[in-house]
Amino acid sequence: MTEHVVIVGGGTGGTVLANDLADRLEPELDAGDVRVTLVNDDPDHVYKPVWLYVPFGQREPDDGRRSFDDLVDDAIDLRIDRVTDIDTDAQRLQFHDGVPSIDYDHLVLATGSMLEPDQIPGLTEGGYNYYSESGATDLRDELLEFTEGDLVLSVIGTPHMCPAAPLEFVFMADDWLRERGFREDVDITYTYPIQRVHGNPHIAEWARPIMEERDINVETFFNAESVDPDAETITSMEGTELDYDLLVTIPPHGGIDLIEEAGLGDDGWVDVDKHTLEAEAAENVYALGDTADTGVPNAGSVAHYQAGVVGQRLASEIRGRPATATYDGKTLCFIETGMDAASFVEFDYENPPSPAPPSEKLHWSKLAYNESYWLTARGLL
Amino acid sequence: MSMTDIEPDETVDARGAACPGPLMDLIGKIRSAESGDVIRLLSDNDQSLTDVPEWAEEAGNELLVVEEFDDHNAFYVEKA
Repeated sequence: MTEHVVIVGGGTGGTVLANDLADRLEPELDAGDVRVTLVNDDPDHVYKPVWLYVPFGQREPDDGRRSFDDLVDDAIDLRIDRVTDIDTDAQRLQFHDGVPSIDYDHLVLATGSMLEPDQIPGLTEGGYNYYSESGATDLRDELLEFTEGDLVLSVIGTPHMCPAAPLEFVFMADDWLRERGFREDVDITYTYPIQRVHGNPHIAEWARPIMEERDINVETFFNAESVDPDAETITSMEGTELDYDLLVTIPPHGGIDLIEEAGLGDDGWVDVDKHTLEAEAAENVYALGDTADTGVPNAGSVAHYQAGVVGQRLASEIRGRPATATYDGKTLCFIETGMDAASFVEFDYENPPSPAPPSEKLHWSKLAYNESYWLTARGLL
Repeated sequence: MSMTDIEPDETVDARGAACPGPLMDLIGKIRSAESGDVIRLLSDNDQSLTDVPEWAEEAGNELLVVEEFDDHNAFYVEKA
């Protein structure tokens, strides 16, 4: 009998895992004892960290796109389609009418985050973002014309993809506007939902003095309630109203509805054992990346490391051995502190981050990694 | 420790979540609640003991009571 592994979602986690399994299970795949199917609703893989650079004219959205045909090992069955139902009792995935369902022996959910700007009245009309291709290009067009006024960066949704990116954006905007001679005519304000500037207290403690040095205004305990695009104001649940000329936000995020419908967790995030990444509510189901509710950042590095763990565990299970690989919370992030300097953090469940002093070398390391990411996606790095 | 007979309108179980997850879970639930609703937040993160009172005061919501249990705390917050 052929065991069937199905991965739903071809972001960093799903793609790295597919290529990891192609390598790890090569003998079983060659013998026909195992099949691995990667399901994604877009024929391209998208590397989202590119989007941070788009508003500043340094990258194009296409720089973050590659066809799965070029990226995924030929031993993997690729299915470009959208799953419409997950039945964890029957171990079956449904698609649209007329499209054959898929039965699985092992399911990995790597469906990632979706933007939900409509949760906040006025946000879709009044706010820009760099968390989507179209958002990043729209913001670029606006930012290139922006030479004076109030620039507000508001973090609305948490958890959100890449927790460092809001800090990076204001640091880069500050530097970019200084280089272009407009900084004195632009006020930059950064808002965050809790009482500090970042969810992780160690990163918040590091970032706050830099914001003060750079004259970046801070509003904490600011949970956006509504945006008035005509008056150009954003109002918080806490009663603070800010004027803006350019509003950039991190919109609310959510997972896909199918996960809640399948009883696997709330808001599209799968309840998992944070070490084994096994779903708590169903057998033979793993989740990884943003989809796994582990409490660690929604970052590509997390998805990458978790994919390695799930790959090892699946191989053990398929070979009838105890699965021993576990995820220790490892997270790695570069944090741009300007247009030519960056910091770096590495942490896990037990060890907190300690941001490295910003340097040009770390900035180039980040850009170099973004280029070599395509080796990561192929399972080579 | 104070026990309460307050009946919450909704409960958010954020036990096991790392900071600031519990507070963000509470804020998310308050966001969709009606004025006067009482939300009960269950958290085993000690940071919630300072995060939740600070945010409740900042947002004008009332922290009615905190029940302390051996392995977690229960925060009752009434939406203004």
